[in-house]
Amino acid sequence: MSVRVGKADHAPAFPGAAKRLMGNTQVRQNVRRATDTIRGKRAKVVAEMADWEELREAAHAIKEHTLRYLDFYLEQFETNCTRAGGQVHWARDADEANRIVTGLLQGRGQNEVIKVKTMTSDETQLNVALHDAGITAHETDLADMIVQLGEDEPSHIVVPAMHRNRAEIRQIFLKKMKLQELGDRPEDLAAAARAYLREKFLRVKAGFSGANFAIAETGSICVVESEGNGRMCVTLPEILITMLGVEKVIPSFNDLEVFLQLLPRSATGERMNPYNSIWTGVTAGDGPREFHVVLLDNNRTGVLADKEARETLDCIRCGACLNACPVYRQTGGHAYGSIYSGPIGAILSPQLQGMEHSKSLPYASSLCGACYEVCPVKIDIPEILIHLRGKLVESGYPPLAERVAMKAAAVALADGDRLAAAQKLARLCQWPFEHEGQLRNLPGMLGGWTAFRDLAAIPKESFRDWWAARSGGKNA
Amino acid sequence: MSDAKTEILEKIRRAVDGRGEDRAAEYAAIPRKYRQSGTLERAALLGLLEERLKGYGAGVSRASRADLPAAIARAAAARGKSRLLIPDGVPREWLPETMEFVTCDSGSVEGLDKAEGALTGCAAAIAATGSIVLRHSTAEGRRALTLVPDYHLCIVFAEQVVETVPEALRPMHEGGVRLLTTIAGPSATADIEMTRIQGVHGPRTLDVILAE
Repeated sequence: MSVRVGKADHAPAFPGAAKRLMGNTQVRQNVRRATDTIRGKRAKVVAEMADWEELREAAHAIKEHTLRYLDFYLEQFETNCTRAGGQVHWARDADEANRIVTGLLQGRGQNEVIKVKTMTSDETQLNVALHDAGITAHETDLADMIVQLGEDEPSHIVVPAMHRNRAEIRQIFLKKMKLQELGDRPEDLAAAARAYLREKFLRVKAGFSGANFAIAETGSICVVESEGNGRMCVTLPEILITMLGVEKVIPSFNDLEVFLQLLPRSATGERMNPYNSIWTGVTAGDGPREFHVVLLDNNRTGVLADKEARETLDCIRCGACLNACPVYRQTGGHAYGSIYSGPIGAILSPQLQGMEHSKSLPYASSLCGACYEVCPVKIDIPEILIHLRGKLVESGYPPLAERVAMKAAAVALADGDRLAAAQKLARLCQWPFEHEGQLRNLPGMLGGWTAFRDLAAIPKESFRDWWAARSGGKNA
Repeated sequence: MSDAKTEILEKIRRAVDGRGEDRAAEYAAIPRKYRQSGTLERAALLGLLEERLKGYGAGVSRASRADLPAAIARAAAARGKSRLLIPDGVPREWLPETMEFVTCDSGSVEGLDKAEGALTGCAAAIAATGSIVLRHSTAEGRRALTLVPDYHLCIVFAEQVVETVPEALRPMHEGGVRLLTTIAGPSATADIEMTRIQGVHGPRTLDVILAE
């Protein structure tokens, strides 16, 4: 089995990528403006919900329960979906999922497919597999289209083209849609997308979607969206394939009432998103005649096995933690080197992919806790980050020098006399770097700290020394 | 080599080792202390729905049941529409004689694309979120009918309006869930600089007549 998460295999480590992106003032400005807007809207519509905390509690409990009985609910979903005329496929990893989808399309002579936004297919790099098989995939979500036409990578879970502003989008559309003229108001750009895709919606016979929720009790799929491209993709084609991670199943139809209240308010700051589509298998006279579901593992079962990090799988992909994160807001999503960026990406990517990849991601956080505060399903992201850092340390990361330093610090801090000795030693060593009470340009790994800020020098007299002198060595 | 399903289920069972035996009881014990029903009086309820729908950019008008045909004619005329598609199950007493209506439960998608718009009923409406719920029964039509045409005129009766999401969704479960669509305003996107733009692929114009 080979687990792959987008192109994360080849991504540079976070600190380097972040440093490079911090230099791109346009991206930083775009991301800052977009996240500010969405945070404001979210705060307003969340504040008007007197039962927000109770909804979060319920959502967390539903997800926790589902994960503990995941095998049962997946089989129940399969049974009910099959009974309603759908066909369920199981995929151990990204390649297997891509092979299933490609095979289904090839077997029906389809060389084009219209796609509604799904992070899961970005995870498996489905479009690459389709391309290699001679199948053209048309992304139909406006932001995904901007990313696809711009030959770019998504930078946000919900708003993949957040890093692009209207002027940049206009340039991409002009070039790729071969337009003579195009305004740069968002309305003009949306109208261009409507005209460009309408022909494809009406013509292409195969559709592909992800799923926000799969309901075990009924065998139904729920897709949450805004533009109507999702409804087009799941309604108009003759054959529909839906791919989802195994963690997307929920037990009952009534559980939707919880998630459909939490998700839109958290994701886009709307009381409800314009469209939700729920369908069960195939229905005569309405929609596709053939419906397939691909249930993807891709090491979600590995995440499940780690009790302390399991709740990572509770995520409903709202993106609120990205918008709230002071690190994400500075760097944007591309720094994370994974399609799953921000705080949730920092815990999800390394777990899916295995800790040997994306080692730097659990450190891409100041542990301020803003992500946990806004998470609609109450994933304790800071706790999981610390847990993952612990696992990394056990596996020999971070580098030797840092581990030795931490060990030394532990020894020194454990004993008052040792601490006093260490302070004396540090006072002696700091003089070449001290300037008016501040330390600058420290050598080696400490340089990372002082490259962008000064560190207060260790004072001539420690508190302990001062106290001892003041009280004549006697405890008060 | 085992098949993918067996292997995945095996991995799950190993991963969740040590769970309880009574799944159904554990599910029933999930705390659901959130609001499950509303408190608003009828007038306030309808007022909230109207406000929320307008907030999304939908057109909203009020009509008495007897006045429904005239209200439909007025709403359509205001948008320059004289010929609308309807699902077979739309009651004929809704329809004004001054307009042309074409039943459209089958036929090509291209036909829908060329149509001026569609008139349908709904299954429920949610005041708190400004949403309309379609079950795609005979008065609501197949899904493409309220998707492909650029204009959707939807009739909501006062007794179909509830305050909260749970009140609207739970009854949809009865008799089994086949197809369900919720609509909150015209199609929209916020993908460009997080600015909400009305009108993308779904109907760019949504009108609602609240009938009492």
